[in-house]
Amino acid sequence: MTINEVQDIIIADFASFEDWMDKYNVLIDMGKELPVIDPKFKTRDFLIEGCQSKVWLHPDFNGKTITFTADSDAIITRGIVALLVKVLSDRTPEEIMSADLYFIDKIGLRQNLSPTRSNGLLSMVRQMKLYAMAFNAIKKQE
Amino acid sequence: MKNIEEIRADFPILSRKVYGKPLVYFDNGATTQKPQCVIDALNDVYTSYNGNIHRGVHFLSDMSSEGYENARETVRSFINAGKKEEVIFTSGATGSINGIAFSFGERYINPGDEIILSYLEHHANIVPWQMLCERKGAVLRIIPVNELGEIIFEEYLKLLSSKTRLVSVAQASNALGTILPIKEIISAAHSVNVPVLIDGAQGIQHGIVDMNSLDCDFYVFSGHKIYGPNGIGVLYGKEKWLSELPPFQGGGDMVDKVTFEKTTYNQLPFKFEAGTMNYPGAIALATALEYVTSIGRENIALRENELLTYATDRLSAINGLKIFGNSSRKISTISFLLKDIHQYDTGMILDKMGIAVRAGTHCAQPVMQSYGIEGTVRASMCFYNTKEEIDSLASGLEKVKSMII
Repeated sequence: MTINEVQDIIIADFASFEDWMDKYNVLIDMGKELPVIDPKFKTRDFLIEGCQSKVWLHPDFNGKTITFTADSDAIITRGIVALLVKVLSDRTPEEIMSADLYFIDKIGLRQNLSPTRSNGLLSMVRQMKLYAMAFNAIKKQE
Repeated sequence: MKNIEEIRADFPILSRKVYGKPLVYFDNGATTQKPQCVIDALNDVYTSYNGNIHRGVHFLSDMSSEGYENARETVRSFINAGKKEEVIFTSGATGSINGIAFSFGERYINPGDEIILSYLEHHANIVPWQMLCERKGAVLRIIPVNELGEIIFEEYLKLLSSKTRLVSVAQASNALGTILPIKEIISAAHSVNVPVLIDGAQGIQHGIVDMNSLDCDFYVFSGHKIYGPNGIGVLYGKEKWLSELPPFQGGGDMVDKVTFEKTTYNQLPFKFEAGTMNYPGAIALATALEYVTSIGRENIALRENELLTYATDRLSAINGLKIFGNSSRKISTISFLLKDIHQYDTGMILDKMGIAVRAGTHCAQPVMQSYGIEGTVRASMCFYNTKEEIDSLASGLEKVKSMII
């Protein structure tokens, strides 16, 4: 599946929920399914700046694709991270760098999360793209 | 006193819905909502008589200047200060503290001098003093707190010394709600000739504040936390200090004579009011203070105390809820955590039920650190809140628990 196909499935999943409580319930469940980060990476180095709750994100590059693992101390945030990981994990750096993440707006996360949260979400996306750029540069050097 | 329906009708925003649910506004510690009369006052300035103050030779300027100076008198009378000249308008409590930290620091602080704060301070009453310490080589001394969230008075007495130049403490903690024993703090400092600044950001809206009986040297507060508009605040200072201190900003209106060689300053209070002041804000703040007076400050204090007691009982009954700050003297603010649920999860879910609370460190990280926590959920109530809203919060919290655990 392409990044956009995964995004479209998420949009369709959320479209069936009118009530915010139902959306949060889905996010809470998604958070539980998030591939857990190795505790040794839950350090300052892997902490994302700009989130009011703590988010740790670790990238693992196998030379072809990047696998993200992550965690957060807040469960709804963990659900949001899980969505991003679902869309962007196991992709090539090029795919991640060029991804247009329209699902964030479409499922109402950007408007409905508080501004600081929204910044947190953008910080997570920015961090994932920065990792992709870094691995892309390494790949080119090799 | 007006009944609760009448009071709520004065605040148009309280009847709105959020996500289709009736708004329950419990973030009054961050900012209060405005009664229609305050909104009208602000509107009236711009609609009818806006003109820059103290400068014009024209009708509008005269009218605005008069409104502004009347507002100063309203503030003076509200806080029972001795003279109008002791009331300086600023941008808010933060602006006031920064101003004093600069001016007092320039005039009186030398390397090795000490300034006493408490562990309960919010960042506005910490960072300006840290900046001063960095400029002047002074040192901060911090009054510790006990497990109830109260300052330990004996420790404060031990900190007072011949090196102490100033004590600056909150009237009440924004994060825990604790009311500090400011009268005793001031007397103890004065007994060793140390001046005291009281940060009234969380104090003035909850009861009577009287400069004459309090006898503090400086008192600061923000307009928007006492039902007034944003961007206006007050710095009260005893005349003897204000006439000694250098201005903290230079510009128009604060000057007497200006040449490129030397500028002499205007008299009080204008010496501290450089540039075009927020006169519409000051005028509307005066309207807010008059509104508070019309409700009655004793009435407000009584009603808020009832709400605090009710909310404390209701929330304490929730299994797994822990309240931080259990002093017997509190403003109507409750800080808590629900089991090990992150404060942001609680805050975000409550938000979708129409309940506005604050989640985080409340700009008071040191006090959170003293409890070893990263933050809390804070419900800060005021006299327009109701017991039914507290019931909504309690059932909202049960719902949060059922969703997350």
